[in-house]
Amino acid sequence: MPAFGSFALLVALALSGYNLLAGAVALRQLATGKRGAVAPERLAETARRAGIASFFAASCAAFALVWAAFTNDFSVAYITEHSNRALPAAYKFAALWSGQEGSLLLWAWLLAAYGFVLRVRHKVDVKLTAYASTILAGVQVFFLLLVNVAATPFSLTQGAIPPDGNGLNPLLQYPEMVIHPPMLYLGYVGFSVPFAFALGALMMRYPGEKWIHITRRWTMVTWLFLTVGIFLGMHWAYSVLGWGGYWGWDPVENASLMPWLTGTAFLHSVMMQEKRGMMKSWNVWLIFSTFMLAILGTLLTRSGLVSSVHAFAQSSIGTWFWVFLVITLAVCAFVYIRNRDHLKSDHKLESLVSRESSFLFNNLVLLAACFTVLWGTLFPVLSEYVQGNRVTVSAPFYNRVAVPIGVFLLFLTGIGPILAWRSTSIKSIRRNFVLPGIVALVVAIAVIPLGVHPWTIFTTDGQGAFYSWITFAMAAFVITAISAEFYKGGRVIQQKSGQNLFASMVQLTRRNTRRYGGYIVHFGIVLIFIGIGGQAFNQSHEQTMNYKQSFMLGPYTVQCMDYSQDSNPNYDTEFALLNVYRGDRLVTKLAPELRVYAASGQPSTIVANHSTLIADLYVIYAGKDPQTGQPVIKAFLNPLVAWIWIGLIVTILGTGIALAPNLSAALAAQRHRVAATEPVPAGRAGD
Amino acid sequence: MRRLTRFAILPLVIALCAVTLGSADTEARYQDLGHKMMCICGCSEILIECNHVGCPDSDRMLGELRAAIANGDSNNAILTAFQDKYGPTALAAPMLTKFNILAWVVPPALLIFGLAGTWLLVRKWRLRTAPMPAVAEDPFSTELRDRIRKETEI
Repeated sequence: MPAFGSFALLVALALSGYNLLAGAVALRQLATGKRGAVAPERLAETARRAGIASFFAASCAAFALVWAAFTNDFSVAYITEHSNRALPAAYKFAALWSGQEGSLLLWAWLLAAYGFVLRVRHKVDVKLTAYASTILAGVQVFFLLLVNVAATPFSLTQGAIPPDGNGLNPLLQYPEMVIHPPMLYLGYVGFSVPFAFALGALMMRYPGEKWIHITRRWTMVTWLFLTVGIFLGMHWAYSVLGWGGYWGWDPVENASLMPWLTGTAFLHSVMMQEKRGMMKSWNVWLIFSTFMLAILGTLLTRSGLVSSVHAFAQSSIGTWFWVFLVITLAVCAFVYIRNRDHLKSDHKLESLVSRESSFLFNNLVLLAACFTVLWGTLFPVLSEYVQGNRVTVSAPFYNRVAVPIGVFLLFLTGIGPILAWRSTSIKSIRRNFVLPGIVALVVAIAVIPLGVHPWTIFTTDGQGAFYSWITFAMAAFVITAISAEFYKGGRVIQQKSGQNLFASMVQLTRRNTRRYGGYIVHFGIVLIFIGIGGQAFNQSHEQTMNYKQSFMLGPYTVQCMDYSQDSNPNYDTEFALLNVYRGDRLVTKLAPELRVYAASGQPSTIVANHSTLIADLYVIYAGKDPQTGQPVIKAFLNPLVAWIWIGLIVTILGTGIALAPNLSAALAAQRHRVAATEPVPAGRAGD
Repeated sequence: MRRLTRFAILPLVIALCAVTLGSADTEARYQDLGHKMMCICGCSEILIECNHVGCPDSDRMLGELRAAIANGDSNNAILTAFQDKYGPTALAAPMLTKFNILAWVVPPALLIFGLAGTWLLVRKWRLRTAPMPAVAEDPFSTELRDRIRKETEI
């Protein structure tokens, strides 16, 4: 099987190489009008088919590695290092992306899969797709070169084949780990498609904005994958790492956040290009940057340039990424400079108080957030270069610098949708802002008796309560503004159709899925902000516990009922059984664990969490007291965390709605299909 | 009116001062400073959040932190002492010294310049853009628009 896998990778590389070269030659011939021995159309078609075939070859390679994991083929060094016989089946599958070589193979395979869809759907626009396919083939060649030359997943074990493997990293043995990396990679890799279309459209000086229409769904789906990937990672960190939080501003986390921020900016600013023909250069550079940031993130963590808790070991592949990044930047800059006259805006902004301005400021703030994350990630390297010593830039920096930017962004989320395109009158501002403003003020006052004291910013170094207070007020503003939009639109339909208000609002959403789906996404983001706002009020308690001993945390009393140990072929475990009371009422039973995995000997905490909409009671088994042998229990009370995950679900729902066609368009398509399948009545022909 | 405003603000300022007077307690300082340092064992975790089983450093460092707070040292003195003893990577964020000031200043400065620049740019564009002539309400176009709306309504 390793030989088959290696061969499949070589074939995939050869096919992608052919796609790149033949595609480039054909497009050059078509552009200049010179014809070679083979007609350019025919050459482009062979290139497309080679691209399609490269997907099957890459699939064979991915299958070969998964097969090797399932059959415990320890002749493959990668399988020895990342799997073992006792590993459950789902995690054997996850072994594909648990190491550097496997994750690069996954990247190459996903890229080939995206390319497959793009090339199969080439009739959307044959010429533009040919450009995009060729550019994508260039990216494929890079990743296939990596897995063929620099990080080969099918390298054979040196010396005697071991009877068992080292096993999967214990931290990765968690159900979400089976879906989190593929989701994240689908996001990273997916941005290659709008990137390829944007670069291709610029190369061929594509008229109009059709390339944006073609890539809109690609971009949104990709953005959704990246969003889900990031949040699954947060949930994994929260449930597995056991430090009580979900985001640690680690370079790997930052690497995923940066393309998400620029991708979000792109999703907003393309609307200006579609509707007003503005910001064309900006949009092109936003998507270029998003793609390059995905590559830069990989470079930062894999080259050993910055240290991270979940970066792969330092290796020589960093140089490969540097070279690829420089080539990509050079190609983008060259194509842009040559064709920049093609990107002149059709219109200019007419008012500071308009939807366009709000998009512009939204983009600026998103980019400032992205720069802050990049700056914080790279500052240790810069400091080492300038001062000769490396500093740490972690949570306190981001909390102080990035959080205010995030709060400002939340404010823009609220005001953007209630501003009109081109210009908004004072009367309209007053009409649309009064209600959200009043609600925000009421909430700002109402949360103070609940313990949100913004003035603590003057008494302590912590600014959390102050920013949480602003976040809650801003969240109220945005939710009211969004609800008012639904209410107003729904009322109009209700008056005309006589339906109830909810049905009217559903119909309103179906008539303009993009706009109202977008509002639902904003609503989801606001819920996420509310959840993050609760972080300022986290409490914790740590105690060594004997039988029947208890402690109080917030409204809960945690009592130790028992502690014991157990083992299975995969791991040994120590755990405590805890009863949780609220007053005299038993609320739940929790069993935090500490596992030590047999193959690697590494420990891993299994968090026990009682989650409600108000707060999470998050309990970890922190070890045993060496003197008494009793368990050390650490508990956190984390307010509002559940809203983060609810917000994610709402965001997914909103994106799904925004991706669906409008009701009128769907009905028109249905009518078209019916008309095409039914015979045309004689009397109506030619109507 | 101005006097009235002054009278209204004065009690607010007094109330705010009354509420904000007083220093943070020891536990709050411990939590705050514990979040401003890193565990040095190589786990890359915030000192107070290090849950790494059998960590050789975090308990000792937290003990030193408690002792320094009990000793009455200022926050700045404690952070400087830890930095001197364990190196600059022991702090979770750089202190406001020399080159490190750049870490804190550059992102907000860039945002402020960006916002100001965008505001000026939009203002310039707006001044250059000729105002749209007011279009008189044409009864024919109104009628046509109503008809289109009726025909396309679902």
